[in-house]
Amino acid sequence: MPIVEFDAVRKNFGDFAAVDGVSLKIYPREFFALLGPSGCGKTTLLRMLAGFETPTSGRILLDGQDISTVPPNRRPVNMMFQSYALFPHLNVRDNIAFGLKRSNRSKSEVEDRTAEMLNLVQMNDFASRKPHQLSGGQRQRVALARSLAKNPKLLLLDEPLGALDAKLREQTQFELVNIQEKLGTTFIIVTHDQEEAMTVATRIGLMNRGSLMQVATPSEIYENPNSRFVADFIGDVNMIEGTAGKVTKRDGEAYAEVKTMSAATLKARCGVPVSSGEKCWLAIRPEKIAVSRTRPRSAANLVSGCVDDIAYVGNLSTYHVKLADGSLIKAQTANRERIARREITWEDEVWLSWSPDAAIMLSD
Amino acid sequence: MTRKFTWFNATSLTFAFAFLYLPILILIVYSFNESKLVTVWAGFSTKWYGELLHNQAMLDAAWVTFRVAFTTATLATILGTMAAYVLVRSGRFYGRTLFSGMIYAPLVMPDVIIGLSLLLLFIAMNIDRGMMTVIIAHTTFAMCYVAVVVSSRLISFDRSLEEAALDLGCSPMEAFFYVTLPIIAPSVVAGWLLAFTLSLDDLVIASFTTGPGATTLPIKIWSAVRLGVSPEINALSTILISIVTVGVIAASTIDRRRAARAGERG
Repeated sequence: MPIVEFDAVRKNFGDFAAVDGVSLKIYPREFFALLGPSGCGKTTLLRMLAGFETPTSGRILLDGQDISTVPPNRRPVNMMFQSYALFPHLNVRDNIAFGLKRSNRSKSEVEDRTAEMLNLVQMNDFASRKPHQLSGGQRQRVALARSLAKNPKLLLLDEPLGALDAKLREQTQFELVNIQEKLGTTFIIVTHDQEEAMTVATRIGLMNRGSLMQVATPSEIYENPNSRFVADFIGDVNMIEGTAGKVTKRDGEAYAEVKTMSAATLKARCGVPVSSGEKCWLAIRPEKIAVSRTRPRSAANLVSGCVDDIAYVGNLSTYHVKLADGSLIKAQTANRERIARREITWEDEVWLSWSPDAAIMLSD
Repeated sequence: MTRKFTWFNATSLTFAFAFLYLPILILIVYSFNESKLVTVWAGFSTKWYGELLHNQAMLDAAWVTFRVAFTTATLATILGTMAAYVLVRSGRFYGRTLFSGMIYAPLVMPDVIIGLSLLLLFIAMNIDRGMMTVIIAHTTFAMCYVAVVVSSRLISFDRSLEEAALDLGCSPMEAFFYVTLPIIAPSVVAGWLLAFTLSLDDLVIASFTTGPGATTLPIKIWSAVRLGVSPEINALSTILISIVTVGVIAASTIDRRRAARAGERG
């Protein structure tokens, strides 16, 4: 049974539909990420769950009960704010105890729970500091402890790591996952950072313009995007336009031949049902394309071109290869050898090859 | 910014300050005059301050003034804070521009007009004039100043703090008292002090709206001066100046400190 269910939820601000009919089920103990570009409605969806916005239509169920019109202070849901929203006039301990003091808990219960939370986020030594005396990372921990103190059924996190620098952010992502696994609380995180969503979440809901585009596990959403938008938003991808040809079935999967604009024939797995003659797109991840100077003896998909540019980022190199028809294809290789021994350089004629499973065919 | 000393700057500064403060300075100096004649210096003395303490009429007026100022400041702070909250928080509602304009209007409205209109109102409503009517009149214009001071703080207030309070189980009322009010407290106190000093030194509005038995100090001074300036009045004015100065400095210091702290939090 889902802990949260959005049932055809819609939210209008004036004429603008911020959330446009979203139906979604989230299950207990999940770490669910709402991902999408800014303005896609993910924060509005979260704020409706917290109670700061009321849906224009549709229902939101928490544990099977409609909470659409319940005010925020009566919901067993807590939120961690993007700005952390720590109370500047209270010290760390009082910030964490704030919610506990508003509930029917005895004084000793409040103290015990506060101590437990301070421990959880390792902020014991800073308990009597004011928020402005803390670093960004410490504030983030206090905000997390405060939102978890009341042991909510559901924790909502609104871009919780947005204000941290890259290194701290990565470390904090793992901490979040650890805490979530330890407590077993259902977490719903809103983020625009796809890497962050992939790292922390057990399931991702990708949103665009107020609608859910795809809801799936991180690997599923990366390997089997269901639309051009999803393929493009998550990670790096090459998109090749073409027309679907013969469709064959093998091991329960459908494969199709695709005639590209430059009349090459490529084979790809079908991500969506297509019939031959239809216009379609091939999505291929750069790291799934092999680059070689000699023609591979057997390859399902093979194109040739010349190296236009090389983006070297240390551990990886991305080759931008220009095909005969002028289109660019990105291929990525891990730099297992030192750069001096790299055999491919600018203007080289190279062969690009990939397996039919590496490419996925999507409709227009 | 260049901070070069020029004779032009020095002269303009001297004249400007002399123009502003020389009269006050002379008043303060002569309040310590031994002689009964206001224009003749006869040596230092604090006897007029002592005399003041034995002038029952003056003391009564001071007590009235204090009570009026205290009640006015408290009422104006409550009303002004509420008005500021509505102006900043309610977003757009029908007539918002009109409402905010009406809040600011009394700041520039001539005192004579405010006084006269209130007097007419009290007469029309058949209210006996006295301390109560002075308090009502003072509250009317002082709350506008409070609203301005408090709303400037509320504009920079992070709304998610209130949302966090709601999220953690506060009712909207509790959120205001546990979170919003403690954070905006310096501005509210500054507003209170401002209202207090405004009420303390108002002559025009008070003389329109006062009645028998509710003579405030400024009215008392004004009527006493018509019979001739006595050093006693100088002493009294010096005390008033000190109180107002302390009040205004305190209000601006409190306001500046919270601004500095807000900046530090940045």
